[in-house]
Amino acid sequence: MINLKINGLDVSVEEGTTILEAARFIGFPIPTLCHNDGLSPYGACRLCLVEIGEPPRSKLVTSCTYPVEEGLIVRTDTERVIRTRKMVIELLLASSPMSKTIQDLASKYDVHQQRFKQEFEECIMCGLCTRMCEEQMMAKAIGFRGRGQNRSIGTPFDITSEECRRCGACMYICPICMARCQGPQEESPLCNACLNLSPPCVETYGQKMCYMDPCVACELAGPYRKDKQRKEKEESAPVAR
Amino acid sequence: MESDAQLETRHNADGELESVISMLERVQARYNYLPEEALRKVAAETGRSMVDIYGVATFYRAFSLKPRGKHLVSVCLGTACHVRGGPIIAEEFERQLGIRRGETTADKEFTLETVNCLGACALGPIVTVDGHYFSHVSTGRVKKILQQAREGLDVVEVKADERVFPVEVSCPHCNHSLMDERHLVDGRPSIRVTISFGKKHGWLCLSSLYGSYNVESEYPIPDNIVAHFFCPHCHGELLGTTDCPECGAPMVRMMIRGGGMVQICSRRGCKGHILDI
Ligand code: SF4
Ligand code: FES
Ligand code: FES
Repeated sequence: MINLKINGLDVSVEEGTTILEAARFIGFPIPTLCHNDGLSPYGACRLCLVEIGEPPRSKLVTSCTYPVEEGLIVRTDTERVIRTRKMVIELLLASSPMSKTIQDLASKYDVHQQRFKQEFEECIMCGLCTRMCEEQMMAKAIGFRGRGQNRSIGTPFDITSEECRRCGACMYICPICMARCQGPQEESPLCNACLNLSPPCVETYGQKMCYMDPCVACELAGPYRKDKQRKEKEESAPVAR
Repeated sequence: MESDAQLETRHNADGELESVISMLERVQARYNYLPEEALRKVAAETGRSMVDIYGVATFYRAFSLKPRGKHLVSVCLGTACHVRGGPIIAEEFERQLGIRRGETTADKEFTLETVNCLGACALGPIVTVDGHYFSHVSTGRVKKILQQAREGLDVVEVKADERVFPVEVSCPHCNHSLMDERHLVDGRPSIRVTISFGKKHGWLCLSSLYGSYNVESEYPIPDNIVAHFFCPHCHGELLGTTDCPECGAPMVRMMIRGGGMVQICSRRGCKGHILDI
């Protein structure tokens, strides 16, 4: 058994467990995108970042691929983690804004802007479909091809593969295939953020966050959501001359 | 790939099958591209799925799925060469060959590609043709380089190599000199090694004149025989680092006094050799 600390809590788990599994086991939610319980860890999306070690020498690692170590100190909701996570979501939004999965992540994790050049990618190279095809369907019909900018997923020579048995698992697991709802702001990179909640506790309690999911306080806060308040304040503020 | 062509595979010392990359390298060297059948054969041979092989084949720039020209021209567009005018050189090549970068001429003579740094930045702009480096290339030299390539760069090289000069060599394992002062070949001290082939085991004296292929040996060596070469002092095999570029037989390696290495082909009659100073 390996003993480690996650958000101040002592945990002991079996060797070979990943931080993600350990954290989920005791109930700390960590968002993931390219992780799936039935598939091998891959570490492509960087959404599951957590902070390990003590500041100032702490560092961010992907919890889905990081095996637990004796005495490891893990924090899953520090400001740094939240900031970085938001940035990752923002980058995902910049590449594939039409995906419901990514939009949901954006709303859930309070991402209100997308400051990068907008692209409309059909693939974020999370590798879920290739792993699904290989590990669960035992087909290995699709895989990565090329590299760098030209990397893509598909069959060899782009012809119908003999190995594929049209099970559809690759489409089932794809996080990009499901299109988002076309809300009133469909033109913007962000959907209408109907789920958008900003936890009011972050600033008050700093690193001691509540782990209610979804956060009841935030949901109740409805009209007092911080972003709304901020906006109202800006609007009512006298214009400087 | 002719359908009857066999994909020969090799095994390493532990009897493991060689890696996919080295198989693909051999196919690429032989056909100048990777034909689809060859990829399928490699997949079948290694028991891997086609996507894996295809992934490797498309990942490395050294592999090409389309037939490449006989000569590969790489123009460096790395940072250093870029500021020294690499792009103009690339354009000149495009104009002269009538193709764009990444393409092959219709007569399958030349493939033009651009690369990002060939590791000789101080000599930029750099162009390599079939592995031969050209430094400080100017637009005016482009035509000449292509001309030279058409005539065959290797031919030019071998001629230059055939300057006959004496070498003194030693064993790469024990560093003992292999020179035999008493046994003269070509009127000079010879290089004495032990060779074995079939059930025969005996001495062999090679001419120490680089470019001369005269030998004397205890037993007559039949043509085309691939022999094993050993150091007469430490009995270590003088195994080369690569296979013969001409015939594919293993090379025999010896160190040159004063630095460098010479490799000769272990096949009797083959004149394949590599000189590295
Ligand atoms: S549909 Fe074909 S490619 Fe997709 S997971 Fe199934 S076997 Fe693999
Ligand atoms: S879930 Fe860990 S990197 Fe994607
Ligand atoms: S930049 Fe051309 S050799 Fe390095």
